[in-house]
Amino acid sequence: MALDEYEKRDFRVVGKRMPRPDAIDKVTGRALYGADMHVPGMLVGKILRSPHAHARIKAIDTSAAEALEGVRAVVTGADFPEIAPGEARNVRDNAMARDKALYDGHAVAAVAATSAAIARKALKLIRVEYEILPHVTEISDAMKPDAPVVQEGFVQENVPEGFSDNVISYHQYGHGDLDAGFAQADKVITRRFRTAATHQGYIEPHAALASFGADGTADLWVCTQGHYYVRQLCAEILQMDQAQLRVTASEIGGGFGGKTTCFIEPVALMLSKKAGAPVKLVMTRQEVFRASGPTVSSEIEMRMGMTKDGRITAAEAELHYQGGAFPNITVQFGAMAAFACYDLQAVQTRGYNVLTNRPKQAAYRAPGAPMAIYAVESVVDELCQEFDLDPLEVRLKNAARKGTKASYGPTYPDIGLVATLEAAQAHPHYSAPLGPNQARGVACGFWFNFGGDTSVSLSVDFDGSITVTEGNPDIGGSRVSIAMMAAEELGVPYESVRAVVTDTASLGHNEVTDGSRVTFAVGLATIKAARAAKREMCRRAAKIWGIDEDAVIWEDGCAKPAGPNAGKFEPLSIKEIAAKSSRTGGPIAGHHEVNAEGAGVSFGVHIADVEVDPETGHTRVVRYTVFQDAGKAVHPDYVEGQMQGGAAQGIGWALNEEYIYDENGRLLNPGFLDYRIPVASDLPHIDAVILEIPNPGHPYGVRGVGETGIVPPLATLSNAVSRAIGRRMYELPMSPPRILKAIKGG
Amino acid sequence: MQYLAPTSEDEVVAALAQADGRARILAGGTDLLVQMKADMIAPDILVDIKRIPELREITREGGGWRIGAAVSGAEFNERADICADWPGLAEAFDLIGSTQVQGRCTLAGNLCNASPAADSVPAMVAADAVARIVGPSGTRDLPVAEIPVGPGRTSLAAGEFITSIFLPARAPRSADAYLRFIPRTEMDIAVASAGVSLTLDDNGSCVAARVALGAVAPTVLLVEEAAAALIGTKLEGAALAALAQACESAATPIDDKRGTVAFRKQVVGVLARRAVKIAQDRASGKGAGERA
Amino acid sequence: MSKIHVKTRINGEAAEFLCEPDETLLEALRDRLHLTGTKEGCGSGDCGACSVTVNGRLVASCLMLAAEAEGAEIGTIEGLAKGAELDVLQRKFVEHAALQCGICTPGFLVASKALLEKNPDPTEEEVRYWLAGNLCRCTGYDKIIRAVLDAAAEMRRA
Ligand SMILES: Cc1cc2nc3c(=O)[nH]c(=O)nc-3n(C[C@H](O)[C@H](O)[C@H](O)COP(=O)(O)OP(=O)(O)OC[C@H]3O[C@@H](n4cnc5c(N)ncnc54)[C@H](O)[C@@H]3O)c2cc1C
Ligand code: FES
Ligand code: FES
Repeated sequence: MALDEYEKRDFRVVGKRMPRPDAIDKVTGRALYGADMHVPGMLVGKILRSPHAHARIKAIDTSAAEALEGVRAVVTGADFPEIAPGEARNVRDNAMARDKALYDGHAVAAVAATSAAIARKALKLIRVEYEILPHVTEISDAMKPDAPVVQEGFVQENVPEGFSDNVISYHQYGHGDLDAGFAQADKVITRRFRTAATHQGYIEPHAALASFGADGTADLWVCTQGHYYVRQLCAEILQMDQAQLRVTASEIGGGFGGKTTCFIEPVALMLSKKAGAPVKLVMTRQEVFRASGPTVSSEIEMRMGMTKDGRITAAEAELHYQGGAFPNITVQFGAMAAFACYDLQAVQTRGYNVLTNRPKQAAYRAPGAPMAIYAVESVVDELCQEFDLDPLEVRLKNAARKGTKASYGPTYPDIGLVATLEAAQAHPHYSAPLGPNQARGVACGFWFNFGGDTSVSLSVDFDGSITVTEGNPDIGGSRVSIAMMAAEELGVPYESVRAVVTDTASLGHNEVTDGSRVTFAVGLATIKAARAAKREMCRRAAKIWGIDEDAVIWEDGCAKPAGPNAGKFEPLSIKEIAAKSSRTGGPIAGHHEVNAEGAGVSFGVHIADVEVDPETGHTRVVRYTVFQDAGKAVHPDYVEGQMQGGAAQGIGWALNEEYIYDENGRLLNPGFLDYRIPVASDLPHIDAVILEIPNPGHPYGVRGVGETGIVPPLATLSNAVSRAIGRRMYELPMSPPRILKAIKGG
Repeated sequence: MQYLAPTSEDEVVAALAQADGRARILAGGTDLLVQMKADMIAPDILVDIKRIPELREITREGGGWRIGAAVSGAEFNERADICADWPGLAEAFDLIGSTQVQGRCTLAGNLCNASPAADSVPAMVAADAVARIVGPSGTRDLPVAEIPVGPGRTSLAAGEFITSIFLPARAPRSADAYLRFIPRTEMDIAVASAGVSLTLDDNGSCVAARVALGAVAPTVLLVEEAAAALIGTKLEGAALAALAQACESAATPIDDKRGTVAFRKQVVGVLARRAVKIAQDRASGKGAGERA
Repeated sequence: MSKIHVKTRINGEAAEFLCEPDETLLEALRDRLHLTGTKEGCGSGDCGACSVTVNGRLVASCLMLAAEAEGAEIGTIEGLAKGAELDVLQRKFVEHAALQCGICTPGFLVASKALLEKNPDPTEEEVRYWLAGNLCRCTGYDKIIRAVLDAAAEMRRA
């Protein structure tokens, strides 16, 4: 780990609230998102989807659709070449079914036509002969030895015996002697929890515009969190060289992890290839819910022992997650994250990954962590109530800190959990009076944060202005933070820097915008690229002055002689050096390519006050405060925004959001009317308190902040509701019928 | 498909007659367009009634109000006079959808869509509202309660359509109220609902009452026993308990994605009881009551 | 199916287009007139991303036929700024960081504008209920509500 990057400094630009470069375009309607691109000769693509949860596709007759005037191409699974097992093959088979439809909404055919109306009509002319197979959508059913098997061939070697072939992977973490730990407890409780599958719920549906040339090269315009990964997957699926496929990321209308992979992109490319014309494919909202990835649902068993003064003596968890019909690693993250907040002597987590006839899950903000930590934090709260202890005190007593060996292996460097808990304790919210039917809940949360492959190029333009070229789609204001860090490092005004997200042909590889990595990793690469540019500018100054380049230093945005011995020269500004650059050796640029390490884990604590109507089970969130360690908040507004947005999603997850299936495995609520995300009138102001415990792995101390915020709300709300009604809730969402049933003692 | 925008009722009648069941009235379109896009219906002709001037008006008639079938929720709620007379119906109408939906949705559309969960319908039934129907054989009036006959089905004959809804004159010390239960605060379809209209005498005793429930049966329910529990009382403990009990017993809901049988039965009684208190406060001049 | 010729005014200027009878106003704006500032988040009236005004009234353009726009005054996000000068609401959205991804922003701006024209001094609760039909998944609404209230205050001072 790179833990020696951080240097304490006084910031000039970083930490201020600068206007973001894309703001004007976004408030005037000029910004171009996935579905906003039009090109001449463009066709409209549409996808036919399975109405069955599990069915063998015996035959597909596309002849009538092909014969319809205006139809230019029809694609089915048979059009895609065979490729080696792996994620690209899973993505291909999810994008277009081959021999079996694996869930309600699984794509079975697609058309490209000259108008949307013709494309829709063509879909109705495609005849699919299905043989309906037994299906399974619930975790415990899918694990049973005699369950219908969703897909064969995915079971890993270490999976324990006794389950169906739907149980495909097993992960275990922990340390210490559980029996000895539980023996020291004054109370040991075992509880079972369930959480429903929830969807990221980004407002922009998936959209792609593909254009395949006759020469075998292709262009793809797409709303994605990671256009390099889209290129990698699509190139493998279509069996072409990555260099032949150029992917441009549009502005993106939300992702939260849901746009870190491909759903329609390979289909758009294949339609375009067959039609010989550009094809635009846009999902409907119904398709987004039925066929793009929600997160996993879970069943969790949690056992914890505590002494009467609040020390956790041992804890173990067994997590069962289903993420649809294809493999994923979400349960592994859950098993790693579950107890990350605590300093435990004896701890173990076991995670099982289960296939079901549901859509292929996609990452969702801190994937795997919210459900696991919900169960942990619920049990902690119940034990606090049991011993009549203050829930924040107990958490402080057990909190992980510098030097703690985390349950998933590493030993923590400087981390912010204790500071975050103390801030929560000291905040007026924690001691504010409560009204009738109201109660307060608290919970902690954690996320690892990622670094990863990153490339940045920074050019000093002839007029001394700066262009930062990066390759990570900007979902929530990252360009402003990147530009601010470049300005900080170079010592130039923020206004002279422009950060641009470029296409895959114009810059080295960049990992997906995920894992809260962008401000950390792209920021780090930007600072390093700026340092390279500064070195080059010192070299140019040395050349202009005719002195040794070691005798030039960079200070306050200028090259200066290092000391009196270097000679007496007036400082040279970036503008002056840039103006002469053509004559001193050519254009000046800095670049940096890195697999960034040292992302720095992040912790949060949330406090919620709720009021539950005892006669209807309706929950109103009365007050909500988020405390989170941001390392260094480069742009505080957008850090607060991440904390508030994560909290709002978590509140939705806790109270009302869920995938509801009928007995035939059909999704009953694929729309925003019945998939109930919070609306403006559902929420109070969400107060955000930023703590800044510098990340040793970043020159400015930056940590990722995007994901941690969704982790605590599930337990925060459950703890608050449980305290308000005087009964413990063990299942999410806590919809009114469930709460009323608990109140009535059902 | 064909889109027609006639400017008179007669043209509508003629268009519907010609279409032979393949036409649909388009009012606000907030149900119709959703259903067309979801491939639930595929009409050949849409007859837009919003360009017929009379259908866009709210007029006084015999102490009551006549509301044209093309009047939107937003237009209705800007009329302080009618909202003061029928605050419960005004609230029910206002609860339909978002501000954007309010800009288009109509009472007649809510009624003819015939969803058991339609918000304005229990309020209209409690108000004893009457629909004016025009068709090939002329004009007739029918109580709103008799229009829905099942989910998605109405008693309108082929070629008939609603031109207006009539709200009768108010007796002194009368008021109405409507409450629905939804899991969020907005943008949900009622899981259970109750509309109440009542009249008090000088002493505060209830002399007339109508209680209508939504989303707990295939159609709106007018619960006579619930009204009977109120009449002759001062709307206190025992009467309210009897009302809630009558509502629970009358309800025959189903389990679905929006709620369970047990939940709907319990909650509908609570809503009716709370709606009665709001209507009582209004009828006795104690202000408009709170938003649900 | 023959196309319908629609004459209308969009953001104060005459506009005409041909459309299918079952085409929505949203489709006509985006695909025929290339006014792509108005977004589609659901196509079923649930998200408000497609908000426009029709004769001053806020509606979801995905739930209105294009043919219905005949003779109407349509207002879209593209008409909010006066040339290079942003509307107060647009300025406040930028200042308050009331957008993250920005896909919901045009709808929120058009809806907020309609609110402030009707009610220049709304309470926080009124703003939240008026905007309940505009979904935002990024912000938790906090900064949006602050921006609208601040814009209202500034407009009252002006
Ligand atoms: C986002 C959203 C939220 C919603 N929320 C609610 C809610 O909270 N509560 C609720 O009750 N509803 C809700 N609805 C449903 C809908 O808005 C209402 O039912 C509305 O009142 C329908 O009115 P309309 O004028 O738009 O009807 P339209 O869609 O125009 O018509 C509905 C049906 O009635 C027929 N019809 C219309 N007018 C007449 C007439 N005069 N004579 C004969 N037939 C006629 C039509 O042919 C059609 O079959 C919601 C809809 C959306 C899209
Ligand atoms: S697109 Fe019209 S409301 Fe969502
Ligand atoms: S800013 Fe992304 S949906 Fe609102």
